[in-house]
Amino acid sequence: MFPAPFDYHRPGSLDETLVLLAQYGGDARVLAGGQSLIPAMRFRLARPAVLVDINQLDELAYVREVDGMLAIGALARDAALERSSLIESSYPLLFDTSAVVADPVVRQMGTVVGSLCHNDPSGDWSVTALASRAQVVVRGSTGTRVVPIDEFLVDSFSTAVAEGEIALEVRFPSPPPRTSGSYQKIERKVGDFATSAAAAQITLGDDGTVAQIGIAIGAAGPTATRVADAESALRGIKPTKDAIRAAADAARKIADPVADPRGSVEFKKDMAGVLVGRALLAAFERLGVGGLR
Amino acid sequence: MKISVTVNGKRYERDVEPRTLLAYFLRESLGLTGTHVGCDTSSCGVCVVVLDGEKAVKSCTMLAVMADGHEIMTIEGLVQGGVLHPLQQGFWDQHGLQCGYCTPGMMMTSWVLLKQNPNPSEAEIREGLSGNLCRCTGYQNIVKAVEQAAAAMQPQPVETVA
Repeated sequence: MFPAPFDYHRPGSLDETLVLLAQYGGDARVLAGGQSLIPAMRFRLARPAVLVDINQLDELAYVREVDGMLAIGALARDAALERSSLIESSYPLLFDTSAVVADPVVRQMGTVVGSLCHNDPSGDWSVTALASRAQVVVRGSTGTRVVPIDEFLVDSFSTAVAEGEIALEVRFPSPPPRTSGSYQKIERKVGDFATSAAAAQITLGDDGTVAQIGIAIGAAGPTATRVADAESALRGIKPTKDAIRAAADAARKIADPVADPRGSVEFKKDMAGVLVGRALLAAFERLGVGGLR
Repeated sequence: MKISVTVNGKRYERDVEPRTLLAYFLRESLGLTGTHVGCDTSSCGVCVVVLDGEKAVKSCTMLAVMADGHEIMTIEGLVQGGVLHPLQQGFWDQHGLQCGYCTPGMMMTSWVLLKQNPNPSEAEIREGLSGNLCRCTGYQNIVKAVEQAAAAMQPQPVETVA
């Protein structure tokens, strides 16, 4: 099916974009890669009256480190991360994620920020953004605000971006030394939505205890979900098999998936636990901590 | 809306509705029916075309207006002067198709894959084509076809005269 009719604008500058978004308010949607929005419009799940296409704003296609943060602009494609030596060497959780979003062709158009804005309950980037405590830079005609990811992901297909605003950038804190992470995903086939997914990022202190930790699960609730009890199970201690098991159990408990052809509620809850366990094991092993299996 | 798109080196100016999808623009406005439509939901990859010589894109999930001012290459653009492109020759020689419906998308995805990675391993070819579905071949001969094309496209060693 074709999308319902809409008016199309292709601004040549960010200022022009903000004027259009202010003018059309809730009738407008920002179009970046279009890999979620266009299918949603074709299924008539989304019927924006106005599309504001930002694909001409090449200045938003960056992936760069600034002030202790990795900044990813609104027009940076998934494939840019997958092919970045900086991401491969310094951001293992992001690198893992970039290789399993949708399929390799979709990743050439799809954007990280667009995925966060779409906020599909089964999206990948929202899970990873929670585990790595990302922030989203949101701009409107009256100014810019920086929104922690926990507040950004409001509900299924709903974010903190208000009418007249655009999400300009997502920022991932640059991992301190002795940090690693892992993204784990079960999918029926490449390109399908996740049956279940989990992300973990860990920073070890000099004494080998867990100094910082982020754990989140996907396809297990209205949005990606932080598993705070799993984080608590490991924070401040040296990792043990029992602590990892406790973290996995916390994920099983909090997971709130829906049954669909990918699996029953019971199965998906169990997988949330299994994948949190695998993500933690992988992250610890990447940090040279073994003996946890 | 008036758009100007260069397809296979030829510039076309057309008036399109903003909601027109690129795959339908190519097929119905330009008559280039080599680009197929399969699932129509960006899952199967039969509609893949090359954008600006660098991105493989699913043309059922891109608006024609997004291609305004850009260059598109379709399967019709592969053959040069009546000579098959190494990818086409590879699919021919290795029997990389049965019904042929997925073949244009396979070739356009492979074209970008080989541009980014001229000497891919079998695993890299399979990964690179994982967003393109074939329901006939079991992929084995498709992988062989891309391997043959990669080998044929390697820069030839220059013979030096002592």
